[in-house]
Amino acid sequence: MLRLNINGALHNIDVDPETPLLWVIRDCAGLTGTKYGCGMALCGACTVHLDGAPIRSCVTPASAAIGRTITTIEGINKGRDGLHPVQQAWIDEQVPQCGYCQSGQIMSAAALLEHNAAPTDTEIDTAMAGNICRCGTYPRIRKGIKRAALAINALADDAVSDE
Amino acid sequence: MRCPMNRLNRRTFIKTGIGAGGVVVFGAAIRRGDRAASVKNFVASDDESLFDVWLKISPDNTVTAIIPHAEMGQGVHTSLAMMLADELDADWSSITVQEAPAISEYANYALARGYTIGDTEFPAWLIDSVNGFYFQATRMIGVQQTGGSLSVRTTGQIAMRTIGAAARSVLLQAAADEMQVPVGDLVAKNSVITHPATARTATYAQLAPAAAKKTIPDKPTLKDSSAFRVMGTSPQRLDVPAKVDGSAKYGIDAALPNMKYAAIKGAPVFGGKVRSVDESSIQDMPGIRKVISLGDAVAVIADGYWQAHQAIGRLKIEFSGGASGHNQSGIFEQFSIDLDRSAVAHNVQVDFLAGDSLKALARATTSVAAEYRVPFLAHSTMEPMNCTAWIHDGKCELWLGTQDPLGFARKTARAISFDSDDVIVHNQYLGGGFGRRSLSDYAEQTARIAVQVHYPVKLIWSREEDTRHDHYRQACISRFRGGLDGEGNATAWHNHYANRHEPWRASRIPYAIDNQRIVHSISRTQVPWGIWRSTDHSLHAFFTESFIDELANAAGRDSYQYRRDLLTGAPRFRAVLDLAARKAGWDEPLPKYYGRGISIHKSFGTIVAQVAEVEVRDGNPRVHRVVCAVDAGFAIHPDGLIAQMESGIAYGLTAALHGEISIHQGAVEQSNFHDYPMLRMNEAPAIETFIINSGESLGGAGEPGTPPIAPAVTNAIFDATGIRIRELPIRKNNLRNEQHHDGL
Repeated sequence: MLRLNINGALHNIDVDPETPLLWVIRDCAGLTGTKYGCGMALCGACTVHLDGAPIRSCVTPASAAIGRTITTIEGINKGRDGLHPVQQAWIDEQVPQCGYCQSGQIMSAAALLEHNAAPTDTEIDTAMAGNICRCGTYPRIRKGIKRAALAINALADDAVSDE
Repeated sequence: MRCPMNRLNRRTFIKTGIGAGGVVVFGAAIRRGDRAASVKNFVASDDESLFDVWLKISPDNTVTAIIPHAEMGQGVHTSLAMMLADELDADWSSITVQEAPAISEYANYALARGYTIGDTEFPAWLIDSVNGFYFQATRMIGVQQTGGSLSVRTTGQIAMRTIGAAARSVLLQAAADEMQVPVGDLVAKNSVITHPATARTATYAQLAPAAAKKTIPDKPTLKDSSAFRVMGTSPQRLDVPAKVDGSAKYGIDAALPNMKYAAIKGAPVFGGKVRSVDESSIQDMPGIRKVISLGDAVAVIADGYWQAHQAIGRLKIEFSGGASGHNQSGIFEQFSIDLDRSAVAHNVQVDFLAGDSLKALARATTSVAAEYRVPFLAHSTMEPMNCTAWIHDGKCELWLGTQDPLGFARKTARAISFDSDDVIVHNQYLGGGFGRRSLSDYAEQTARIAVQVHYPVKLIWSREEDTRHDHYRQACISRFRGGLDGEGNATAWHNHYANRHEPWRASRIPYAIDNQRIVHSISRTQVPWGIWRSTDHSLHAFFTESFIDELANAAGRDSYQYRRDLLTGAPRFRAVLDLAARKAGWDEPLPKYYGRGISIHKSFGTIVAQVAEVEVRDGNPRVHRVVCAVDAGFAIHPDGLIAQMESGIAYGLTAALHGEISIHQGAVEQSNFHDYPMLRMNEAPAIETFIINSGESLGGAGEPGTPPIAPAVTNAIFDATGIRIRELPIRKNNLRNEQHHDGL
């Protein structure tokens, strides 16, 4: 029995501990926002956060997540009033088309902005090159990241001025 | 045993009715008539499918548009709802969308299930008539399919707008009766009808019951574009919110009680069969339920997908037969030989003839010859093929994403000898379509697995299976000869290529060249063919827009001006070309190592010109910027059209830079994104799209952005390096040309 913390909820899951986290999240925890795309960490559709860092859940054994915090697209706005700034930017820029890769894109983008609040184009390229989008929404993803960065910085400024 | 009649009822009708709870429904159910060749592969059989659109007005004054097309990211649910809402003068903020259920008795099903509140059955029809206008419309409409960039052009233009305008008309009549004023004195806006002189108002919901008793007009007057309130604006797409929080449900997300999972391995060689399966090879593995041979594939069912996936990898399967002698070099050799032979024997199929191209070639001052080739391509939707099937109580229920729900129901029914009325398709969001999800193989497989068990089964293809068992964009060789007169003007255009699929006009050029001979020969392979975003246009635009560039170069002329001069009689093309060139700054200098290339191509009724700026350094091309001009007649949702151009460019650029499916001993060599790479963020160019609303007939949006990008890029590479690329993908070409940059 594995005990996993997904989006703040503890799940007791009876599964082979070597099962990739992706299938545990989708089929055992029933959180289907995280997607299967390649099974080889090549496309990024399965990206989730493990202790805040983006990982490819399709090649990460579930056992590696024991005692750690897993965040999926369903939990990324946890503790916020409404959407995560990246999610809101994705709506404002009308980023998604088919949408299948976008959970992974948003998780990668949110992780980037978590430690770099003003990424350059090159830094965006580096952080996002692991996430494939067959609909070619890359120009809007780039705009979305920049818009979200502004929103996050504005929130930070507000927080500072409130003090 | 069930009789595989695949029966669909034939009906043509317009109906209006009042449902329980005061919901009023307007509908036009339209029987399909003739259909374009470009959609024939979506159609299961000849004369039987129904095509429905409906709008529903609820007591709270909300309007629901029921849309018979799949949402695969192209924004079709939004665009079609906009067309209906505009003609209806409905309040956009109160519009909701439902995708039409996919069953043959759609009308009755929709009414029985969709419009029944509580236990009450829907009452008898109030009006049940057939009228000429709608019948005429059927001749231009496909069935309940999504493809060919057709949704807005046909469903939207003919059906959604018409039913919106018709409903508005009877609502106005009902208001006129109630207020005892002439219809002409009333104003309809935001789902409310006002009589300005007396300041009286009535909502659509209040008027709908009376309106439903009116006879729907034969030919409701559609708005002139100057009166559009919704069309031509860019409201946020209705499907986007669910796609940013993980709540959007795709086929792969289906979940049913007691569901098991299946993984599958198909015969690697096309046409191969299962010879033997050694189940003992997986007998110690946990969770395995059943091993099923489908003749050309083997599936393992397990409690979890990972268990099934591991088991199919370890299961000892022997395959045999099929076209195992097929190799990629042999396929191109076969095309070459067949082109040679058919040319000598004058055994070719004609696409287009004008003047006498052979005589003109003989008289030409300068002649140019070139041969181009392109490889097979897979679709690689981000969501691999998958389907969930549950067979119970004589029914087969399917959960999946499909571009053709009715066709899938019919084909799946045939595969398991069910009546197609007993196959129920629950269409989900599509994680990419691009033509792939118009082919029902994955649904048929799942149903054939599910008939052997008593629980629901979700079949998921691995990425490897998805890459190796696609239906591929064809490989092709295309040969050209061109003739120029003493001034460099093109006088002859001679094109001979292997294998035409569709549409048949794809090889045509817009240029005023007097002598043209465009022909093809048949040279079939064992590699299964399928519709791939923009179909034959994806290859012919590369061929023709490269060769016209070669002619311009041979004439010593600027490639934009050369095209422009040949478009004197085609002002619509010329306007699009000019806009792209102007916005790109065609004559402005570029940095060292950069080149600029232009292309123009019409497909699915839409003209697109693109200018690419490419840097080639150390043999590596980098596309920095693409300027795109598009004339789709009228942009219903301009931001959606821009998004589709961006998407089409990325799809075509992936193919141009990287895309190659090759055949070795009868099997596809590639398997996953490491050997069939996709465009990524670090390679994505900046894209600027500019729209022309010419007012011509509506064109498509989903596909026309794809064809021009490959030649725009290869023409730019020629500009940068002097290297002419005649084979895709570009990475197969050596772009190191030291000489060209000498002195720079």
